[in-house]
Amino acid sequence: MTAAEQLKDSNQDVQRFLADHSEKELLRLAVVGSVDDGKSTLIGRLLYECNGLFEDQVAAVKRASAGEEIDFSLFTDGLRAEREQGITIDVAYRYFSTRRRKVIVADTPGHLQYTRNMATGASTADAGVILVDARLGILPQTRRHAYIASLLRIPYLAVAINKMDLMDFDRAVFDRLATEFGEFARTLGFEQVRFFPISARAGDNITLPSARTPWHDGETLLGWLESLPHQRRLDGAAFRFPVQYVLRPDLYYRGFAGQIASGTVRVGDEVVIHPSKRRTHIASIDTFNGGLQEASAPSSVTLRLTDEVDVSRGDLIAHAGQSPLVLQHLDAMLVWFGEKPLDGSRRYLVKHTSKYVPAHVEQVLWRKELEDLSEVPAQSLSLNEIGKVRLVCKRPLVCDPYQDNRKTGAFILVDPLSNDTVAAGMILGPAESEGAGSRESRSLISAEERRKRLGQSGAVLVLAGTPEVQEGALRLERALFDLGRHVATVRGDAEAALSLAEAGLLAILYTPVPQARLGLREQLRDAGIPWLELEPSQELEHQVKQVLAAQETTP
Amino acid sequence: MSETLSARLSHLAVLEAESIHIIRETAAEFANPVMLYSIGKDSQVLLHLARKAFHPAPLPFPLLHVDTTWKFREMYAFRDQFTAKHGLKLLVHQNKKALAEGINPFDHGSQKYTHAMKTQSLLEALAENGFDAAFGGARRDEEKSRAKERVYSFRDRHGQWEPRRQRPELWNLYNGRIDSGESMRVFPLSNWTELDVWHYVLKERIPVVPLYFAAERPVVNRNGMWIMVDDERMRLRPGERPVQKRVRFRTLGCYPLSGAVESSATTVEDVIAEMLEARVSERQGRLIDHDEEGSMELKKREGYF
Repeated sequence: MTAAEQLKDSNQDVQRFLADHSEKELLRLAVVGSVDDGKSTLIGRLLYECNGLFEDQVAAVKRASAGEEIDFSLFTDGLRAEREQGITIDVAYRYFSTRRRKVIVADTPGHLQYTRNMATGASTADAGVILVDARLGILPQTRRHAYIASLLRIPYLAVAINKMDLMDFDRAVFDRLATEFGEFARTLGFEQVRFFPISARAGDNITLPSARTPWHDGETLLGWLESLPHQRRLDGAAFRFPVQYVLRPDLYYRGFAGQIASGTVRVGDEVVIHPSKRRTHIASIDTFNGGLQEASAPSSVTLRLTDEVDVSRGDLIAHAGQSPLVLQHLDAMLVWFGEKPLDGSRRYLVKHTSKYVPAHVEQVLWRKELEDLSEVPAQSLSLNEIGKVRLVCKRPLVCDPYQDNRKTGAFILVDPLSNDTVAAGMILGPAESEGAGSRESRSLISAEERRKRLGQSGAVLVLAGTPEVQEGALRLERALFDLGRHVATVRGDAEAALSLAEAGLLAILYTPVPQARLGLREQLRDAGIPWLELEPSQELEHQVKQVLAAQETTP
Repeated sequence: MSETLSARLSHLAVLEAESIHIIRETAAEFANPVMLYSIGKDSQVLLHLARKAFHPAPLPFPLLHVDTTWKFREMYAFRDQFTAKHGLKLLVHQNKKALAEGINPFDHGSQKYTHAMKTQSLLEALAENGFDAAFGGARRDEEKSRAKERVYSFRDRHGQWEPRRQRPELWNLYNGRIDSGESMRVFPLSNWTELDVWHYVLKERIPVVPLYFAAERPVVNRNGMWIMVDDERMRLRPGERPVQKRVRFRTLGCYPLSGAVESSATTVEDVIAEMLEARVSERQGRLIDHDEEGSMELKKREGYF
C-alpha cells in the first residue's frame, strides 16, 4: 500500500500515519548492474510504485516516454546529460519508503569506473541488488560486482534475473543462472543470497508477485527488502566510541562527543581509553534531550567520565576486556581510486575514525584479477584495481579487522599534495611479519646522524593568526639563521614543513588564518615530529629564546 | 539474539545521529566554519541539530544570512527574534555593490538577480570572513542535480563546483582536506527527504516561519503561481490587482520569486497531510529552477548553494 492510500484508508489520520512512519527503520541499499541490465528501470519502478516520486516528476516522464507505457528509466537518468558532457559522477542517491522502512538507494552507474562507484555505494549498504540480464547470463561483470559487494561486506544480496519476459519466463533459464551464481558466491561469505525472476519493465516480482512465474515462491524484491534483519551485526559487536569532539563549555563540564560506532554503553560501565590505556568509568551519557542510562550504535551522544583522564579527538573509548587492535604495521585491502597509481615512496594520509595519520605502503602483496578473481603479483595498484597491501603508519591506529567492524576497520587514503581521496581501505589485521622498516628506517641516514651533522634537531615552529604574520615569520627566520641555525619558512603547508623538519631543519610554518592552528596542531601531533607554537604578537627576542630552549630539551 | 536497542532506532533517529556526526566532524576539522542560515524550515532543522551536537556548549561557529534584501518581512522578524532568544551569533551579508547598482528581481530577471544577490554575495561573505567550510541545508531529494551531491562538496579558490573533482565518499569518512583559499560546502541533511524534515519539525517542536502555514494573504497570479505582495516595492503589471487568498509557502526565498499554493493547512500535521496528498515536488514553486534546462547545475558550478 502506498503512503497516500494508507492515509486515505485511515481517514486522513495523519497522527496514525506519522506514528507508523516514526517506527520505520532506515535501510541502505546498493543497486548494481551493467549498462543495459535495466538498473535505471528497476530503480525507477521501485520509486514509482513506492510513491518516491512527485506528480510533476511523473508527468514530465510521461511526456518524455514514447507511446502508452511509462519509461521508468527516465526517473533516474538525470545523469544522462552529464554523460554527454563527459562528466563522471560516481553515485546518485534516491529515496523511497516502504511500509516498514525508509530506503536510501545508492544508484551506482555501472559502465564507467565501476569499481570505485561500487565500492562507494557498497561501503554503507545493508543490502545489495545485482542485476543479471537473463539473455546474457552470469558475466565477468556480475562476478566482479559480487566480489566487491562481499569485500565491502554487504551482508544480504539479491540477484535479480531481469528481462525474464524476453525469455518467456522459462524456469530452466532462471534455475540455471541461479545455480551458476550460487556456486560462485558460496566462497564469498554472504549471510544470505536470494534470487528473483523479474521484469523491471513489466513489473514482475518487483512489488507484486507475478502470475507469470507460478514456479517462483512468490516473494517479491520489495518483500525481501521488508523482511531483512536489520543492524543485528552492529549490535552484537563490541562497544566502540571514537572521540570526535571535546566539549568544554565551562570549567566544570568536560564531555566527549562522538557517534557510537558499534555496541552499547551504559552509565557505570568500566571503559578503557585507547591508545593511552587509562581506565575509568562512564559517569553519564548526555544528549540535548537529557541524560540516558544506555545508548547504542549508531547514536551520536556525549560521554562524561568519572576521572579527569586525558582524552582527545582521535582517541577511542571501549569496554574493559574488549580491546581493539593497536596497529602501526598492518595488512589491508585497498581499492585504488587515484588517477595516479599507488606510489610506495610517497607519504599518504590515512583517515581512520576521527584522525589522520601519515602512512606509506611498504609492499603490494598481490592484486585481485577481477576477470577470474585470482591473486596476481603486483608492484603497484592503478585506477580501480584492488589489492592486498602492507601499510606502515606513523602513529598507531586503534582499530578492528573490517570483517568484525565496518566502522573501526575502514579507512580512506588521502594524497596530501592533491588532497584527493585515492583509496578505500579495509583492515585485515597486523602485518604478518611485524617490524619491517618504518618510514624513518627506509632512509639510509638516521635522525641521529642528521642531528650530529647539523648540530640541531629538526622541528616545526608554528606561527598563526595575524595579517602581519608573514613579516614576523621572515624576521624569525633571519634571526635564527644569524644564530647559525638551519632554518626555512613555509606558508600554510604542514606537509612541506614536516618534510623539512624530517630533513633536520627548523621549519617555520605560518598562516594568516587565526583558527588554522587547531588543524595544524592535530596534523603535527599525528606526525610525531617535535613542534612548537609561537605567539605572533610576542617580541622576536622572546620567540627566539623559546625556540632555543626547546631545542636544548629535545633529545 | 534478542532484538536490541539500535534495531528499534527509527530512521529519523538514525538520520539525526548521522547529521550530528557530520556537523561535529566539520567543526573539528575546519579552522573557520560557518552555518548558512536562510530562515527556512531546512535551516531551522539544521540549526536544531547543530545545537544538539554541541550541547551544553554554545555553537562553535556563527550563522551567516546572505540577505538579498527581498525576503518576506515575516522572515526578517523571525530571524531576529529566534537568534536573539537563543543567543546565536548571526552575521548578515548583503552585496552592497549590487545594491548600489540597483539590482532587483523585477528589472534584471531572476537569473541575473540571483547571481548577484545570492551567488556573488555568498562568495563575497565567505572570502571576507575567511570561512573554509559552510554548512547548508540542501537535501538530495530536492532536485535532480542534487541527487549526486556529496556531503562534503569541494569548492575551488573561486568558490566553484567542479563535478570532476568531487571526492568519493565511503563509510562515514569524510575527506575535509583543502588548501588555503579553497573551501567546503557541507550538507548534513543530504539523506533527509521533505517528509523527514516536516516530521522532525513536528516531533522536535521546531519553530518555523508562519508563512509555511495557510492564512489570508494579498497575492497576484503570475505564470500560474501566486506571488505575494509583501511590501510597497512589489511592481504590479498592468491589469494586476492583489486579491486576498488563503495560501501558504512550501519553500521560502525572495518574496517576488516564491510561489504560494492555495491551502487550508494551519498546523504541521495539516502540512504533512497536504504533502502526502499533493505529491508535487516542492521546488516546483521556485522560479529560479526553471530558468533553463539544467539551470541548477549551472548555478552550482558558479558557486550557488
